[in-house]
Amino acid sequence: MEVSNLIFVLCLGIASFFFGRNVIKVRRNIMLGRDIDRSDRSRDRWMTMARVALGQSKMVVRPVAGFLHILVYVGFVIINIEVLEIVIDGLIGTHRVFAFMGAFYSFLIGSFEILAFLVLLACVLFMIRRNVLQIKRFVMQEMDGWPKLDANLILIFEVVLMSAFLLMQGADLALQNLGADHYVKAGSFPISSLLLPLFDGMSIEAIVMIERACWWFHILGILAFLNYLPYSKHFHIILAFPNTYYSNLEPKGAFTNMASVKSEVQMMMDPNADPYAAPAEAEDAEDPGRFGAKDVNDLNWVQLMNAYSCTECGRCTSECPANQTGKLLSPRKIMMDTRDRLEEFGTHVSANGKDGEDGKSLLDDYITREELWACTSCNACTQACPINIDPLSIILDMRRYLVMEESAAPTELNMMFTNVENNGAPWQFPAVDRLNWKDEA
Amino acid sequence: MAEMMAKGEQPDVLFWVGCAGSFDDRAKKITKAFVKILNHLDYKFAVLGTEESCSGDPAKRAGNEFLFQMQAMANIEVMNAYEVKKIVTTCPHCFNTIKNEYPELGGLYDVMHHTQLLQSLIDEGRLTVEGGDYKGKKITFHDPCYLGRANEVYEAPRTLINNLDAELVEMKRCKSRGFCCGAGGAQMFKEPEKGQKDVNIERTEEALKIQPDFIATGCPFCNTMMTDGVKNKEKEEEVKVLDIAEMIATAKDL
Ligand code: HEM
Ligand code: SF4
Ligand code: SF4
Repeated sequence: MEVSNLIFVLCLGIASFFFGRNVIKVRRNIMLGRDIDRSDRSRDRWMTMARVALGQSKMVVRPVAGFLHILVYVGFVIINIEVLEIVIDGLIGTHRVFAFMGAFYSFLIGSFEILAFLVLLACVLFMIRRNVLQIKRFVMQEMDGWPKLDANLILIFEVVLMSAFLLMQGADLALQNLGADHYVKAGSFPISSLLLPLFDGMSIEAIVMIERACWWFHILGILAFLNYLPYSKHFHIILAFPNTYYSNLEPKGAFTNMASVKSEVQMMMDPNADPYAAPAEAEDAEDPGRFGAKDVNDLNWVQLMNAYSCTECGRCTSECPANQTGKLLSPRKIMMDTRDRLEEFGTHVSANGKDGEDGKSLLDDYITREELWACTSCNACTQACPINIDPLSIILDMRRYLVMEESAAPTELNMMFTNVENNGAPWQFPAVDRLNWKDEA
Repeated sequence: MAEMMAKGEQPDVLFWVGCAGSFDDRAKKITKAFVKILNHLDYKFAVLGTEESCSGDPAKRAGNEFLFQMQAMANIEVMNAYEVKKIVTTCPHCFNTIKNEYPELGGLYDVMHHTQLLQSLIDEGRLTVEGGDYKGKKITFHDPCYLGRANEVYEAPRTLINNLDAELVEMKRCKSRGFCCGAGGAQMFKEPEKGQKDVNIERTEEALKIQPDFIATGCPFCNTMMTDGVKNKEKEEEVKVLDIAEMIATAKDL
C-alpha cells in the first residue's frame, strides 16, 4: 500500500465520520417531535415513494424545471457508479478496476461522460434561471441571504465537480494514447476527447499531475459535498425518499382528529361520567403536552422531517392564494422557519438537556400570527409540493395552539365560535329557523 | 327525518343542508333548487331540520378542535339514532368533514356531494337534462378546494355541465391547480389579512378573462365569494354565478 492510498483511506474515514455524526444529529432533532403513527399501508407507501421521489411525478408539473432536474437527478445517481470505481481504485491503488468488463465498461464510461456533460449544462441553466431570469419563486424575500447563497453554492459545486471529472477523463485518455504505464487502455470518451488538444505537447509527468489532481479534487469534492448536505436544502437528495414514504396518504381534506381532545369531549358528553370524579388515568398517563403547537417540539416528527427535506423550491408559495394576493403567508417560509428553529432548538437541547427552554419559540419569534390567520386551508401548497411536504398541517397545529391554549383567535372568529356553540351555526341565526327555507317560495 | 321515522319509513338518502344552505339567502336558493330536482324525481329523501347543527368545519379549520368534536359527536349521535346510512350535501365543507373526519368519531356514512348524486341519477337514466337556457352558452366551473383537491372530485360537476349542452371553458388554474375563492379555513367569517387584493377578486378576474356567460359553482361559499367578486367588477349583468343544481333545475323549468 502506498502513501496515497493511506491518505485516501484517512479522508474517506474522516468524511464518513463527520457525515455520520451530522446524520445522527438531524435524526435526533427530528425525534424531538411528537409521535405519529405512519407504520400502516406500507405497500401504498412504497408506491408513493416510487412514484413521487424515484419517478419525479410531481416535478414535471413544471416542465422546464422538471426536465432539467431529471437530468441532474439521473446523472447524479448513475455517475455514482463511477464514484464506486474511484473509491476502489483509491483504496487498493488500481487504475480503472472495472475495466475487465470490456465493451460494457466502455459503454458505461461513455454514458457517464455524456451524463456529466448534461448535468453540467442543466446546472448552468439552473443558475441562469435563478440569477439572470430571476424567476419569481427563487427571488422572494425569504430567499435573501443564506438560502440564495446555498442554492448557488450547490450549483457551482456540481459544475466544478463535473468539470473535474471530465478533465480527469481527458487527461486519462491523453495518457492512454501516449502509452504511459499504469494507464491501461479502457473506456470511451465522447466528451472528454474534445479536451485532448489541451494536453498537446505536455510531458507525461505534467499530464499525470493533472489527472491525479482532478482525481483527488473530484473525490474530495464529493466527500466535502456529502458533509455540506446536512446544512443545506440539498439534503433533499436523501430525505426526499423517506419523506415521501411517510407522507400523508389520507384525502387532503381530512384533518386529524386530536386524540387528546377526543377523550375529553367523550367524557363531557357521556351522561354516566361523574363530573366530580378525579381524572382517572391522568396521574400516570403520559403528559399530553399542550394543545396544538407553539414550538417545534409540539410538532410531530413527520412535520420536522418535512422541514429538513424542503428544497426551498417555492412551488407551494407560488400556488398559495394568500401569497398570490399579497398576504404575508408563504408556505415555503413556514417550512424554512420550522427548520431554522429546529436547528436552534436542537443546539440548545444538546447543550442544556431535553427540557431546556431558551425563551424563544417557533410562534412569534419565527412565524407571526398574521401569517397563520391568512391561510384558507385550500391545500394548494400540499398539492404543489414535489416531495409531499405538508405546510398546512403546521399552520393548523399552530392555530390550534392559539385558539385552545391562548384563546387568541381574531375577534370575528371568536364570534363565529360563540355562534356555533349557541345556535349550531356560524352566524347569529336561531336554530329554530333552520327549516324556514322549506316554506319560502 | 323525525316525521318519516314516525311513519316507520327510511329515506333513500339524508340531505344534509348545511348552515349556509339553511340560513344564507343566496345559498337557500341552491337548497331549494336541489330539493326541486329531488322532488321532481320522487326521490325519497329527508332532512334533519332543526336537529341539524353545524358540521364543525369552520371551527376545526380555525383551530377550535374542542368545538369541532362537540359538534361532530352531537351530529353523529342524532344521525346514528336515525340509522342514517347515506348522506348527500350541497356543501363541500360538510361533505369533506362528514366523509373524512366523522368516521373516526363513530359516524360511518356513505357521503356524496350533490353533483355526484345528480351524476349517478343521470347515469341510471332517472334524470334527463337538456340544455334549455344554457344550450351553447359559455360556462366555466370554479373548483371548490374541498371538493377538488381535498377529495379529488373533478369530473362529476363537469359532466353535468356538458349535459347542459353548454360549452365548458376552463380557467387557467383549474382542477388540482384550481385557485381558492378565499372563503375556506374559516376566512368566510373574518376580514382578510392585509395584502394587495382579496382572493375572490383575483379569482373573479381570472374567470372574467375567459368571458363566460355563467360561472358555475358547487359550493355555497364559493358562490358568495364569486358573486361578490362579479359585483365588485360590475359585471353582474353579463355574467351570472350559479350553482350547478340551480342550472339543472332552471333548465328543466322546475
Ligand atoms: C438523488 C439525487 C438528486 C440530486 C443530485 C438532486 C439535485 C438537485 C439540484 C442540483 C437542485 C437545484 C436546482 C435549482 O437550483 O433550481 C435540486 C432541486 C430540487 N430537487 Fe433535487 N436532486 C435529487 C433528488 C431529488 C428527489 C428524489 C426529489 C423529489 C422529487 C427532488 C426534488 C427537488 C426539488 C423539488 C427541487 C427544487 C427545484 C425546482 O423545483 O426547480 N430532488 N435538486
Ligand atoms: S393551504 Fe394555506 S398555506 Fe397552503 S396554499 Fe392554501 S392558503 Fe396557502
Ligand atoms: S414545501 Fe415543498 S413545494 Fe414548498 S418549497 Fe419546500 S419542497 Fe418546495
